[in-house]
Amino acid sequence: MKPLNSILPLLFSLLLSACSQAELRATGDLGLVIEREQGSVQIVNTSNPAMLSRVEGLGDLSHASVVFSRDQRYAYLFGRDGGLTKIDLLRDQIVKRVVQAGNSIGGAISQDGKVIAVSNYTPGGVKLFDADTLEQLAEIPAIYGDSGQLSKVVGLVDAPGQRFVCSLFEGNQIWLIDAKNPRQPQVQKFKDIGKQPYDALLTPDGHYYAAGLFGEKGLALLDLWQPELGVKHILQDYGKDDEQTPVYKMPHLEGWTVAGDWLLVPAVGRHEVLVIDKRDWSLVKRIPVAGQPVFVMSRPDGRQVWVNFAFPDNQNLQVIDVKDFAVIKTLQPGKGVMHMEFTPRGEAVWLAVRDEDRVMVYDTETLTETARLPAQKPSGIFFSNRANQLGL
Amino acid sequence: MRLVWLLALFSAAVVAEQPDPQRQQALINLLKHDCGSCHGLPPKGGLGPSLMPGALANKTDTFLVEVIQNGRAGTAMPPWQQFLSLEETAWLVEQLRQEGWK
Repeated sequence: MKPLNSILPLLFSLLLSACSQAELRATGDLGLVIEREQGSVQIVNTSNPAMLSRVEGLGDLSHASVVFSRDQRYAYLFGRDGGLTKIDLLRDQIVKRVVQAGNSIGGAISQDGKVIAVSNYTPGGVKLFDADTLEQLAEIPAIYGDSGQLSKVVGLVDAPGQRFVCSLFEGNQIWLIDAKNPRQPQVQKFKDIGKQPYDALLTPDGHYYAAGLFGEKGLALLDLWQPELGVKHILQDYGKDDEQTPVYKMPHLEGWTVAGDWLLVPAVGRHEVLVIDKRDWSLVKRIPVAGQPVFVMSRPDGRQVWVNFAFPDNQNLQVIDVKDFAVIKTLQPGKGVMHMEFTPRGEAVWLAVRDEDRVMVYDTETLTETARLPAQKPSGIFFSNRANQLGL
Repeated sequence: MRLVWLLALFSAAVVAEQPDPQRQQALINLLKHDCGSCHGLPPKGGLGPSLMPGALANKTDTFLVEVIQNGRAGTAMPPWQQFLSLEETAWLVEQLRQEGWK
């Protein structure tokens, strides 16, 4: 009896490892849900909505975002507290975590997948890391002005040609960073691009970088095919005579919509989504919506745009039909709709509904709920197919 | 002298008028998540400055209440007077000083 007793634990663990080996997991339908309050993430399956595991101990995730390695095995998580964490989606664990700055806002992965860039508020600048080891390769302080102040860096994206692009919030500049030699990056600076760029986006084809301006109207636009032409200020005049309302949450520009020749972006401080003609960067239409837009995100086929809103309207979610540039549905999934993420081909969209402690899945054709998952104060959802998208 | 007494009475009333427990919870939620989207959680700073007790130590309650109520021109800080009464704002300042978001 005794021998059996002593080998039981061994048998048990053998069984367990056999089970875990049997459960092969492909990473193409995985995603991460950020749980901002407790500093954890859920690893979820996006084809059969379910939580697979939870990874904890990730620090301050009050403004967190994620990029994926191009094999989609690893997620790189950028936390507010300067934490950069590499998570293994197969083993549900942290591979490595470094606290690389005092305060950070986001990051990007290079075209070849080998370099991770992080944009920092404190100390203001960009740092480059080896994607394998998280070894720091370079530091680019965001120095501007005559007395060498450091600016907060926002709107950091990857761009074709092993480059990164970012904007300096206080510095009013756009920097184009060539990271072909990531230990000695070359920086091309565009100055006086407009007041207080607050976020930026890259068109999905990698052609244009546009920074939204908080301190004045419009967007600063850089043509990455012809950077020598400099930065152009577009939509400078739109709404300049309108009453300016206070902004309760900074809009985000990621996931902007390119539908044919049109772009849809959030208006700052107004209950409008702007439609821009990409051929001449003129304003075509202002679509009235239910609040100040935060994310204006395109379904992958570009037919629909889903819009969420800043406080105090963040219980609303609206769907715009791009065919008519008109709102076709107003949904109220719950309080605090923070973020949405489409499945790779867009049949479903996942919503982070913060104040209800849940993630909800909607069918984008019927516009009805198909699933919900519990989550602790979810604030962001990131699917692994981002690994193959420029600028995300 | 009478004025002093009046003032004391008034401030006592302000202190006494705490938000009810349910409202307190809503306010803490606002602090953590809506203020936190710019100031961080804990509010060590982000786009907005740090709101940790140390960072607020040399700022008066009056100043902080005024900034929350009316916002700060030239920055991203919006006015919250539409959503927060003076008493609620004072209570929030007290929470910030005591790390009440914890």
